[in-house]
Amino acid sequence: MKRKTFRLCGAVTVLAVSLGAVSTAYVAAAQPAEQVIKVTAKKFVFMPNVIQLKQGVPVVLEFTTEDVLMGFNAPDLGVRADIVPGKVTRLRIVPGKTGSFTFFCDIFCGSGHEEMTGTITVVG
Amino acid sequence: MKRNRREFLKLAGLGGVVFASGLGNLGCAATGMVGKNGADDDFYFVQLSDSHWGFEGPPNPDAKGTLRKAVAAVNNLSEPPDFIVFTGDLTHTTDDPKERRRRLAEFREIVADLKVQNIHFMPGEHDASLDKGEAYREFFGNTHYTFDHKGVHFIVLDNVSDPAARLGDEQMAWLAADLMKQPTDARIVVFTHRPLFDLYPQWDWATRDGAKAIELLMPHTNVTVFYGHIHQENHHMTGHIAHHSAKSLIFPLPAPGSQPKRAPLPWDPAQPYRGLGFRDVEAEVQKAEYVLTELPVQKG
Repeated sequence: MKRKTFRLCGAVTVLAVSLGAVSTAYVAAAQPAEQVIKVTAKKFVFMPNVIQLKQGVPVVLEFTTEDVLMGFNAPDLGVRADIVPGKVTRLRIVPGKTGSFTFFCDIFCGSGHEEMTGTITVVG
Repeated sequence: MKRNRREFLKLAGLGGVVFASGLGNLGCAATGMVGKNGADDDFYFVQLSDSHWGFEGPPNPDAKGTLRKAVAAVNNLSEPPDFIVFTGDLTHTTDDPKERRRRLAEFREIVADLKVQNIHFMPGEHDASLDKGEAYREFFGNTHYTFDHKGVHFIVLDNVSDPAARLGDEQMAWLAADLMKQPTDARIVVFTHRPLFDLYPQWDWATRDGAKAIELLMPHTNVTVFYGHIHQENHHMTGHIAHHSAKSLIFPLPAPGSQPKRAPLPWDPAQPYRGLGFRDVEAEVQKAEYVLTELPVQKG
C-alpha cells in the first residue's frame, strides 16, 4: 500500500479532502490541471497568509516549513494538516461554500505562535 | 460557617459574580461522602489561572505586579481555602530554555508567599509546549495526576505538553483506568488548561482529542471541569458535565468569535485590572452544587 502511494505521489504526502457542501472525499494524485498554491510556514507566518479560492474549483495547497513542525488548520472548512520539516504536504480542497475563513498554526511552535494566522476567502 | 464567609465577600464588595453550578444528585448517602451533619464536609478552594509571568506589553502595564497582587488578595481572604489550584500558563512562553526556567523559578518564588501552601499546579501551553513539559516538571512535578479531598476525586489532565494540544493515547488510557476505579456516582472534578470541548477552534480554543476524554467522563454522573486558557469566564455544558473557565492574571481576551482576531483586550487606565481576577469555588455537598465567586485582583 505504501509502495502504491509512493508511486502515485512520489515523495509528496497527499491529503485529499472535500469541503462544505461538496461531500465526496477521495485520496488520489492531484490532476495536473489543478491549481497549486505553494504556502510556506515559518516562525511565525504563513506565506501567503491571504488565499483566495473559487467555490467548487479544486485547488491543491502545497505546504512546506523552513524550520520546525507546524500545523495548518482551517476549522470552518474542516481541514487540517501537519507541516513536517523536509517534506511537502499537499492538501487538496474543493471549497463548498463562500466566505472568509480563518486558518492558523495549531502546533505550538514558539513565542509568536499565537499570531500565526491567515485567511482563506472563497468567492462564488 | 462557609455561608458567612461568602456573605462577607459580598458585603465587602469582593464577590463580583456568583455562579451556582449544579452537580446533580450526588448520591451522597450511597457513597458515604457526607458527614453526619453534611455541611461539615463543605469546603472551598481557589482557582488562579494564566498568570503568564514574564509577559511584558501594553495589555498590562503592571505585568510584574499583578501576580503579587493576586497572592496578596488570596492571603487576605476571610478564611483560608482548603487548597489553591493554578490551571496553567504560569509563565509566558519564551524560545530560550534558560529564560523559561528563570520564569518558572520566579513564579515559584512569588507563589511561595501564599499562606496556603496546599497548591496544585498544572502547565499551560506557554509553560510546556516547546519542550514537552521538561522544564515544568523540573519545578512542579508531574503534569497529570489525581488527588482526593473530602470525598471529591480531582483529576488533573495535561492537554498542553503535546504541542498539538492532545492528551494522547497514554494519558487517555491512564484516565480510563483511573475512572474505572471510581463509582459512577463519584464526585469528580477535572482541572485542565485548555477547554476539553470545542469552544472556539478558530482561535485554537479546543483540545484535539478532548471529545474522547469527555466520552470517558460521561458515564460518571457528577463531573465538573475547571480550566483556563481563554482568559475569561465561560460556562458550558456537554451533556451533564459543566465546564467553567477562569479569568486570567495578565490580560483578558475577547469573547469567542466576538472580533476578527484573538488579541488581548486593551488595558483601561480608568479601570486598571478590569477583566482580571481569580475564583473562589465552594463545594456544597448537601446542596450538590458548586458556588463560584469571581474575585478581583484588586478591590476597585
